Amino acid sequence: MRYGSLTALLLLAATLGGCDGGVLDPKGPIALAERQILFNATGIMLAIVIPVVIATLGVAFWFRASNERATYRPNFVYSGRVEMLVWSIPLMTVLLTGIVAWIGSYDLDPPKPIASPSKAIKVQAVSLDWKWLFIYPELGIASVNHLTIPAGTPVSFELTSSGVMNSFFVPQLAGQIYTMAGMVTRLNLRADHSGTYRGMSANFSGDGFADMYFNVDAVTPDGFAKWVAATRSGGPVLDAASYAALVKPSKAVAPFTYRSVTDGLFAGVVNAVSQPVAGLCVPYPKSMRAER
Amino acid sequence: MNLLGKLTLDAVPLHEPIIMGTVGCVGAVILAVLAWVTVKGYVPYLWREWITSVDHKRIGVMYLLLALIMLVRGFADGIMMRTQQAVAVGGAQGYLPPEHFDQIFSAHGVIMIFFVAMPLVIGLMNFAVPLQLGVRDVAFPTMNSISFWLTASGVLLTNVSLAVGEFAKTGWFAYPPLSELQFSPGVGVDYYLWSLQISGIGTLLSGVNFVTTILKVRAPGMGYMRMPVFCWTALASNLLMVAAFPVLTALFAMLLLDRYLGFHFFTVDAGGNAMMYVNLFWIWGHPEVYILVLPAFGVFSEVAATFSGKSLFGYRSMVLATMAICVLSYTVWLHHFFTMGASASVNAFFGITSMIIGVPTGVKVFNWLFTMYGGRVRFTVPVLWLIGFMVSFVFGGLTGVLLALPPVDWQVHNTVFLVAHFHHVIIPGVLFGCMAGYNYWFPKAFGFKLDERWGKAAFWCWFIGFHLAFMPLYVTGLMGMPRRMQHTDVAAWQPLLWVAAAGAVVILAGIVCQIVQIVVSIRNREQLRDTTGDPWGGRTLEWATASPPPAWNFAVQPRVNEIDAFWTRKQRVLARQELPARQHKYEPIEVPKNTPTGVVTAFFAVIAGFALIWHIWWMAGAGVLGVAATLLAFMFRVHDEVEISAEQVGTFDRAHPIEVTP
Repeated sequence: MRYGSLTALLLLAATLGGCDGGVLDPKGPIALAERQILFNATGIMLAIVIPVVIATLGVAFWFRASNERATYRPNFVYSGRVEMLVWSIPLMTVLLTGIVAWIGSYDLDPPKPIASPSKAIKVQAVSLDWKWLFIYPELGIASVNHLTIPAGTPVSFELTSSGVMNSFFVPQLAGQIYTMAGMVTRLNLRADHSGTYRGMSANFSGDGFADMYFNVDAVTPDGFAKWVAATRSGGPVLDAASYAALVKPSKAVAPFTYRSVTDGLFAGVVNAVSQPVAGLCVPYPKSMRAER
Repeated sequence: MNLLGKLTLDAVPLHEPIIMGTVGCVGAVILAVLAWVTVKGYVPYLWREWITSVDHKRIGVMYLLLALIMLVRGFADGIMMRTQQAVAVGGAQGYLPPEHFDQIFSAHGVIMIFFVAMPLVIGLMNFAVPLQLGVRDVAFPTMNSISFWLTASGVLLTNVSLAVGEFAKTGWFAYPPLSELQFSPGVGVDYYLWSLQISGIGTLLSGVNFVTTILKVRAPGMGYMRMPVFCWTALASNLLMVAAFPVLTALFAMLLLDRYLGFHFFTVDAGGNAMMYVNLFWIWGHPEVYILVLPAFGVFSEVAATFSGKSLFGYRSMVLATMAICVLSYTVWLHHFFTMGASASVNAFFGITSMIIGVPTGVKVFNWLFTMYGGRVRFTVPVLWLIGFMVSFVFGGLTGVLLALPPVDWQVHNTVFLVAHFHHVIIPGVLFGCMAGYNYWFPKAFGFKLDERWGKAAFWCWFIGFHLAFMPLYVTGLMGMPRRMQHTDVAAWQPLLWVAAAGAVVILAGIVCQIVQIVVSIRNREQLRDTTGDPWGGRTLEWATASPPPAWNFAVQPRVNEIDAFWTRKQRVLARQELPARQHKYEPIEVPKNTPTGVVTAFFAVIAGFALIWHIWWMAGAGVLGVAATLLAFMFRVHDEVEISAEQVGTFDRAHPIEVTP
């Protein structure tokens, strides 16, 4: 038993010691706050859990049948005070973590815009079989399996799927959110430092799922302007025809960009999902969407 | 019209050496067993005493056998996943291509939940609940047999998918749109749906049966607050089954309508909405967790009390906690998809309700602790499983509360952190509990104890192997590793994935120890024989009859005046320093007659399920008609009970005196 708890603790220590590229190595305010909640809640609970484990081992060992010095008390089967204690300890713990949950859910609600002096840039993400399409509606450009964002500027995502459900996840910047066909979910994040962060689909979506990852390049505002200019200067155009080609299932697609994007393409994807049956495909009533 | 529907020779994956090798080996083993049974002339015995049996004890044993065989199958899937993930790093693709790997993790989940954990807990309840209640059988013995055989039908269909066709490649919860015809045109999802529809009916019938039994069929004098805690947890679990399984059946019926008749419940077009599936699935799925873990908690309560030589501490608290979990388990399902984009208030509400379930669970842990406090703890195999559970499960609960915090969930949902968490509660919770129960009640079922040394070795291998296999996944999960990756490019995860794979090997050693344990125990059964009926110093009524108990369980109907009925009876006898009076007046006992209804119904259900999967409509019709005809024939039976004469009861009872030992 002790090996187990020891392993658990050692591994926990190894984890806390720092490991690159994950939830414990945040690079933006949202991921940082989420990690803080993780630490706080773990701390609150370890304060209870560790004594319980020690007490369990201690009591079992001391009251072993062969121990002559332990007092056998077969009638110790009820005690109001102990009952009071055993109900209130978990209750108090849950009270604390419950408050953390309540505050955290509101503060870090994914659709909530991030307060910032600079205006957020908009990105529309579409999960396809099996790649990611990122549209910059204000800039009229798009990229596949690669996301470039300016560091220090909030990014506001609208997300949907061409068919199968996926989950958009960049652990170092923010928690994940599902992408669902015919619905729009929202997510806000910000990278505080330049760098390259790993993003992926976290929700299994079929045979090509393992290759559905992408790099997020957080660059300086200058770098971002240069990237936008470079993107505009070359590459294919994303319109209904090229989208229809893109939507066909493909695996491990190398990143590339589109120099321009037809207006309203994202809305079209939301309303006319992947392979519409002629005559049956109706736009979703506004109220049925996940957007608020 | 094609008489075989979609079924052609191409359905057999002849080009897949791994699958064909497995099919060949398993086929050879099954043939060898069948040949051995036939040559030895055991067939009539098996048919008469087991296959057609409606005795709850035998049905319980068959459930456990089924579960242990499926544990090996599910574990084989598990160790393949662990080794595949360990080797398929960087550019490597490993030895399992995606279309195979995806079936393996789906089958692993389905088999472990529906065909290992469920039969384990239902098997233990079948065996122990009527004995603990001091009665002769469950309320509906034939229905019990049908339940078991329908579960076996689901198992059979799922395993047939290995050789004929394919299994679902969608994960064990088969979320649409992925599981819709558009994205999964093969028969895999149909195998999944029909297997679970058929076995689900069996589970629902089981639930009805046990709720009725516990509410209506108890020994005289056994009021609710005198029931053993295992019966309370069984009641809670079966209430959940009755309430939750119809949701799953209806949900799968909707997906079947989508797939077979072009409906649009969950499709991406024509107004379908996959969110509904996800909600309904977890409205079944979360109570399911408690269907599994509550009976395991019950076993731990019995084990803690028996081997500490004390009554369970805080019995009323335990009952209250059990029923609180039973009710609360319906208020938390949304925590399975905090990442769907619900509003902050919805997420906060379900986050907090999920944590509240931790309160009664915490109370239970403290009460087991105080049960041992002041006791005389004997470190038998069941107690090792209990203590291993307690020290491990609290950490599993800790990560559970973390996942109930929406902001943390967004960061670790769908990663292997989540995988580590639910294995951390299901293995130490459900599996350890069932292993404790298996070691605890085995002497009652077969009349001899299981070998202690091999049992302890099995425990240590499982305990160490489990931690080795799953603690690294917490770490890689925090490093951002999603679940269900056939390969990955991130080299940093590989060392930890190798540790996890090594853990799986240690668990394998545990399973081998368990197999050796049973072989050694059978070989040494004379030394391990339990002649008293009460090998552990038991407290509840199952120990107040012979091991193994006769078909009628109790020669004389026990009367119950207090909790721990058998223990107090023994105490009274000891206090008076005299043996109990044994001049009973025996009366003839009616026991239900064995019937092949269950196995024949299941046979036709398999035919119908297989035919529906492959669109062989005439055969599906024949299967359904067969089921209906079998049940009708059963309804018109003339004799449904056999009388055991008073003389026979008396002879057996006198030959198996229940000795009272301090």
